[in-house]
Amino acid sequence: MRTIFYIMQKEFIQVFRNRMMLPIIFLMPVIQLLILSFAVTYEIKQIRLYITDIDNSVASRSLLQHFRSSPFYQIEGESKNAAEGMENIRKGTVHQMICILPGFEKNLAKGVPAKVQIINDAINGSAAALMNAYTVSIIGNYNQGIIAEAVPEAQPVVKINWLYWFNPELDYKTYMIPGILVLLVTIIGMFLAGMNVVREKEIGTIEQINVTPIKKYQFIAGKLIPFWIIALFDLAAGLLMARFFFSIPILGNIFLIFLVASVYLIVVMGIGLFISTVTNTQQQSMFLAWFFLVVFILMSGLFTPVESMPQWARNINVINPIAYFIRMIRMIMLKGSGFQDIVKHLIYLALYGITILSLAVWRYRKTT
Amino acid sequence: MSSNGLVIEAENMVKRFGRFIANDNLTFSVSKGEIFGFLGANGAGKTTAIRILCGLSRPTSGKIRVAGYDVYTETEKIKRRIGYMSQRFSLYEDLTVIENFRFFGGIYGLKRPVIMERSHEMLTRLGIIHFENTVISELPLGIRQKLAFSVSILHTPELVFLDEPTGGVDPITRRQFWEMIHEAAASGITVFVTTHYMDEAEYCNRVSIMVDGKIEALDTPERLKTKYQAQNMNEVFLKLARKTN
Repeated sequence: MRTIFYIMQKEFIQVFRNRMMLPIIFLMPVIQLLILSFAVTYEIKQIRLYITDIDNSVASRSLLQHFRSSPFYQIEGESKNAAEGMENIRKGTVHQMICILPGFEKNLAKGVPAKVQIINDAINGSAAALMNAYTVSIIGNYNQGIIAEAVPEAQPVVKINWLYWFNPELDYKTYMIPGILVLLVTIIGMFLAGMNVVREKEIGTIEQINVTPIKKYQFIAGKLIPFWIIALFDLAAGLLMARFFFSIPILGNIFLIFLVASVYLIVVMGIGLFISTVTNTQQQSMFLAWFFLVVFILMSGLFTPVESMPQWARNINVINPIAYFIRMIRMIMLKGSGFQDIVKHLIYLALYGITILSLAVWRYRKTT
Repeated sequence: MSSNGLVIEAENMVKRFGRFIANDNLTFSVSKGEIFGFLGANGAGKTTAIRILCGLSRPTSGKIRVAGYDVYTETEKIKRRIGYMSQRFSLYEDLTVIENFRFFGGIYGLKRPVIMERSHEMLTRLGIIHFENTVISELPLGIRQKLAFSVSILHTPELVFLDEPTGGVDPITRRQFWEMIHEAAASGITVFVTTHYMDEAEYCNRVSIMVDGKIEALDTPERLKTKYQAQNMNEVFLKLARKTN
């Protein structure tokens, strides 16, 4: 136990004496939260729209008025000629074109389907789908209005009423910030401890440690605990910012978040330390760690829902610690889930942590 | 230590890296309290041998005991009884002198007051107690080497391995360094030292000379000089090294 304490003491002195590391460790939460939560967003607020109104009638103008008055659209140009609008989409100056074909008003009056064409720039597929959905729903409302006007007694057969639970306004930040907090502790956990061990290999000091009677688990524990404390400290800073700066609701118990995070960190740090035992240079271990990190992040459900991934990918996620943590932290923060709701995931993470740490201790060689 | 007074016993020690034989059937022994010079040109296999004796590297074959323990099965017991100063400088450059002493003393399991007392005593004897709180990277090489040696015997081992401790060090510091070695030997620590400076070989009780992975000669400096009809150890070394080239 005393041996572990001496290693921890040394690590803390080195971290706090390092002019490069200190700002990275303590500014990282602030900068990540600010950049990712303000800049990275799925919401589309400025759809650059081109209007081609060939019909140019009272009905077509009344439909287009809906777009003109919407804050989500910015009308970039208008003409009676479809070619001009298409040229604009090709050049990339507009995102979307609405084309109202001739005979629109006449067909409406006759009760025959009237035609509207929407052309989207689908270079960014998910953005195109979102824009299209906005536009279709505006036209849909207009459609309902016409039906109600023409046949006042006709009531819609199915009346839909929806609510978004746990994030009523579908606030993007509410959804993203818990995930970003996860990324924050992951990066610190995965890189700092492992990189520290490989650095000792590079400068040769590990040799001087390997020649002492230190136990392997003491060495691994001495390297793990300091960065574990630092990562939890960073999480605390991030949660404070989330709560008081971004006003993210934290419905669940804050201690439960820390409990989950402490277990989770053992898993990612174990992975980082294991990588450090199989590599000899910081470059090698950096590449390996990044490889796993990127795969884990992309599959974690941070950016895309896990539920829409194919089954094989969901099977891979069984070993993705980030997926577990994101699921749990969203449950606790947004839903107010308690210990009972997450205990299954937590036990799994704990077993995972014990396994990977044992692997790291086993793979660390004092004698080569 | 074993009952026969031998701190190192190596019999047919072999280390192969693939096809390359770094240590080819080394047989030698070192007695308690001895200063044993382990000489050889660059690449002769000295560091490989030291790393095996320290338990850092596993030998390919051979019967080897250090401080009375087997290097295959009892490396951790060996590690408690030896000190090692590697060829690469191995103190933490971003820690102060006293922080390095505290760390290494700590992982050898020494109690804090013991660490403090011994390190103060060592620093005072070296006349560098005023550097106690100086970060290592700000100290000149000569002082760093003396500190590295002090750290390697902080836990009073039976035996200390010094791998080229005076490489790149000025003549005055080299002489002071050898005074430290003699003091350590006088206090009962066996010293196993490699060097490229043949004048230093004269200070050893016995020396072995390695050429291409084999021990070509092993005796006291006096007898080696007589045997090879040489004025000094430098000539002995050149004669042996040329023989194979």
